Amino acid sequence: MAIDSNFTYTEAYLACPECDLVHAVPSIREGEQGRCIRCGALLFVRHKDSLDRALAFAMTGLMFFILANMFPLLTFEMEGRSESNRLIDGAIAFWTAGYWELGIVVFIFSVVAPLAVLLVLITLLLPMRLGKAPPSPQLQVRILTHLKPWAMSEIFILGIIVAFVKLQDFADVSVGLSLFAFVLMVAATVMAYMTLDEGALWSRLKEIQA
Amino acid sequence: MSAAGVTAKSLGALSCHVCGLLVSGSYSAAHSARCPRCDAALHSRKVNSMHRTWALLIAAGVLYIPANVYPVLTLVSFGRATTNTIMGGVIELVHSGQIVIAVIVFVASVFVPIFKIAALLFLVLSVQLRMKARPRARTLLYRFTEFIGRWSMIDIFMISILIALVKLQALATVTAGPGAIAFAAVVILTMFAAMTFDPRLIWDAEGEDDDGR
Ligand SMILES: [Zn+2]
Ligand SMILES: [Zn+2]
Repeated sequence: MAIDSNFTYTEAYLACPECDLVHAVPSIREGEQGRCIRCGALLFVRHKDSLDRALAFAMTGLMFFILANMFPLLTFEMEGRSESNRLIDGAIAFWTAGYWELGIVVFIFSVVAPLAVLLVLITLLLPMRLGKAPPSPQLQVRILTHLKPWAMSEIFILGIIVAFVKLQDFADVSVGLSLFAFVLMVAATVMAYMTLDEGALWSRLKEIQA
Repeated sequence: MSAAGVTAKSLGALSCHVCGLLVSGSYSAAHSARCPRCDAALHSRKVNSMHRTWALLIAAGVLYIPANVYPVLTLVSFGRATTNTIMGGVIELVHSGQIVIAVIVFVASVFVPIFKIAALLFLVLSVQLRMKARPRARTLLYRFTEFIGRWSMIDIFMISILIALVKLQALATVTAGPGAIAFAAVVILTMFAAMTFDPRLIWDAEGEDDDGR
């Protein structure tokens, strides 16, 4: 592969983020993907209507996030007394028990980061859908990249399942409406990430700003 | 360089860590060390990768001990208290016949943290010893390690749900234990350790032979 190294910066080539090997950016069709020939890392993806779909999934996710915060996740009953919890109650419980570090960690991982991911996606993609420039696209993309590993909703769901199983042993537990909303929120967020094609994002931004 | 091709580093170019734009070294030297597309700081390799990963791994290794020795939760029911460590929680699930859940918790809370520390130690050492064998397998190991790390938070979320839910004073109460703080710290430190490690360093040893070409 002959590479013209006379560029200031280029979108015609791409270096693998995991092994640094330079690849020419191919013109692949929608639904196709390209992997690094040396280490196998995923390099390119193209999705049909990527930005519109990602926006639709993000907005769906936000709707379910709001619903997930309105009702109990689990209800626990013992000897006629019951107690239920909402999404944010875990963080609050750690905080009030004196484990404020864990309160903050759980609050960020299960509430703040998942919500922020959806809000950043929407404030990035909705203006673009309307043909306007987002408030600060560069910063928004960077925030999204850095937030991603800390939004742990899908792991929180497994935490709920384990808690449910543990409680079943000595009391009556029932699943609240919010749990379903929360699961759908996670599914929508995952779909938003999977359909979002950053290449399409940057080229659309260029069109808008031109 | 064999059939392997050209790396950004060998071109003197930098690949943006956030958006992947390929930027020439002369651009970053003449203009600014920030990506023209996404404005992230540009580096050829993650800054101080080896030192940071080492420091985070050592801290995680030290905290791994209190995370497993101290209890993570206490259940008081009808005046009877049961205290669980991370491993104790798994054993209790086995005793109550919840094998599938027990396996999930064991993998996420016991196997993943130790596997992650061991895998990253091996990767850091392999880079420092300029090991050339099986770079692709080592990159896969890194990708896997980075992917699984977050899942260890299951136990912390489970504890947060139990203490929020089970607070019927005389009947049943769950309280958190100090082991939970150490455990969460291990998970977060190893996540940072995986983030600061730069898998491209695995491949840099391969290019060294060809420098004199
Ligand atoms: Zn690669
Ligand atoms: Zn960039």
